[in-house]
Amino acid sequence: MAVQGEVVDKTAAMIAGPVAAADWLVIAPVLLPIVAGAVLLMIRHNIRWHALLALVVHAAMVGTNGLLLQRVLAEGPVSMTMGSWLPPFGISFTADALGAAFSLTASVVALVCCAYSVRDIDAAGRRYGFYPFLMLMMAGVSGAFLTGDMFNLYVWFEVFLISSFGLLILGSEKAQIDGATKYAILNLVGTTLFLIATGYLYGTFGTLNMADLATKAGQIGEAAPLMTLATLYLLAFSMKAAAFPLNFWLPASYHTPPVITGALFGGLLTKVGIYALLRSLVMIFAAERLVLAGVIGWVAVATMLIGALGALAQSDIRRIAGFLVISGVGIMLAGIALGSNGGLSGAIFYALHSMLALSALYLLGGLMRQRGGSFSLHSLSGLYGASPFLAALAFIISLAVAGLPPGSGLWPKVMLVRAALDVGAWQIAAAILLSGFLATIALGRVFILAFWRERAGDKATTAGVMSVSGCCALVVLVLAMLAMGVLPETFIRLSTTAASGLLDASAYVHAVFPVGSGS
Amino acid sequence: MQTLIFRTATPFLTCLMLMFSVFVLLRGHNEPGGGFTGGLIAASAFAIHGIAFGVPVVRRALYFHPMAIAGFGLFASAVAGLPSLLFGMPFLTGLWSAPSFFGISVDLSTVMVFDIGVYLVVVGSFTSIALALEDREHD
Repeated sequence: MAVQGEVVDKTAAMIAGPVAAADWLVIAPVLLPIVAGAVLLMIRHNIRWHALLALVVHAAMVGTNGLLLQRVLAEGPVSMTMGSWLPPFGISFTADALGAAFSLTASVVALVCCAYSVRDIDAAGRRYGFYPFLMLMMAGVSGAFLTGDMFNLYVWFEVFLISSFGLLILGSEKAQIDGATKYAILNLVGTTLFLIATGYLYGTFGTLNMADLATKAGQIGEAAPLMTLATLYLLAFSMKAAAFPLNFWLPASYHTPPVITGALFGGLLTKVGIYALLRSLVMIFAAERLVLAGVIGWVAVATMLIGALGALAQSDIRRIAGFLVISGVGIMLAGIALGSNGGLSGAIFYALHSMLALSALYLLGGLMRQRGGSFSLHSLSGLYGASPFLAALAFIISLAVAGLPPGSGLWPKVMLVRAALDVGAWQIAAAILLSGFLATIALGRVFILAFWRERAGDKATTAGVMSVSGCCALVVLVLAMLAMGVLPETFIRLSTTAASGLLDASAYVHAVFPVGSGS
Repeated sequence: MQTLIFRTATPFLTCLMLMFSVFVLLRGHNEPGGGFTGGLIAASAFAIHGIAFGVPVVRRALYFHPMAIAGFGLFASAVAGLPSLLFGMPFLTGLWSAPSFFGISVDLSTVMVFDIGVYLVVVGSFTSIALALEDREHD
């Protein structure tokens, strides 16, 4: 409501020139699921359209994310600041190779999970709101990957957390409420720390724009309590990523909801924590990360080993998958601890692999349950004879998760081990190899007990039929993982680009502040 | 709740609060108020009505499910950012027009649509929570 007669010069605060429509690609992957989630909320009881709309929108997200990544790789980071405000004042969305690659992989996983869910989520689940929650959670995840503003990152964290609470208690069984309580409390503590750190950050720098922060963190020097800020962020995001010793909420909750929810959570949510760590500790607080590297390194080693040992001790496939998620988080943390280009690109590649592989592992558990009637290794048996097709998928997924060729987990581990040995970090290299070995045993145990073991006596009546959509979904994931494992050059190049973009943020800063002068 | 005073006063209170919530919503662009505050006031109006006359009465009066109202609000807020695409501006850029009705100029904007969306999200979600809690009391 501009007051008549009063002329305000807006050129210092507002963008004057037009913005290319192609820049809208940065927010399309966030806007699409929000609008779809809102529409689904409005037609909540008209459940016939839910799955179809969700599938179409997920496909559109994959499409826009693909275009975005293509553009970012061709022209460097893309940025758009909301509401025509100039960057430090308005909220920027900035996509670099890291954010775009994570966002694309996340949307592919979500599309596959959505296809799987068509048969897996019954009418009650749909009426309760599975698809609106799913869309809003994906909006939060994409928003977290694409935003260029620290407080906005917090907002997207809340968006996907609150949606994930809804997904987690879908079905309202006692075990679910129990798991959700632990999940909710720990994550709320984590996000509260995140909020406190962000308030402190704003008080220190007077800006929340990541590009602005990346420029100013190097200049502000000893005057500011940067070490405190970096440590707070490390703590908050490690909690979200389920790093040791803050990992116990994950195995306590991820096995309780429907398997599709476990697949989404295990595949995507911990990676948002890793992404936030990469963004804050590597791009903004680079000097502080160097000081913290020793701590992060030991946390990484402990996380890897605790996760792998935990997986060995479990007999429920979903719990095994939960502990392997934790083990993977340790491997990515190792890359952050190393901090070199090789280490970071290994961590980024591993994160991309892990989104696909861990979701696939959960979905595999779901199919084994459909075929064999149980999640427990005590009662599953003879699946090899019942379905050689499933056995083949299980074999490839096990190889990928354990990091053996031709699975997708091999190359990032090779990169990480080499980067660790380059700087003489023997404990990290040894932990990566040992955790891979333990994960191999844990998954080999699944394979031997559930697939190779003779079907026990006359209990052959429980055998069910696997859903076609579920099988197709899993095949897509397995093919993507094989592509990563057999043709790794593309992905290595992509993750190296992403890592260099983090280590030298000048292109990122330049995308947000085209003049290059900062604020 | 069965007290006579409360049941007599509630319809007036509800009316007043709803009108006040719209006032707060519309003045919010330049002065204290806005969609969130207005939405809270409207949601408490529905909550009071529910306490006085029971949850089914409120649900019937609202006609739409509160969550559907919240969904529409989210939809409106998200879509309010889209028109700027046609003008080559970034998402959520405020676009203004001041048509005059009977000689009075009225400022209309996409910002207002966004704020009304926020209002509806808050009304929908908080009413939904309040009604669910009130429902539980009678079990």
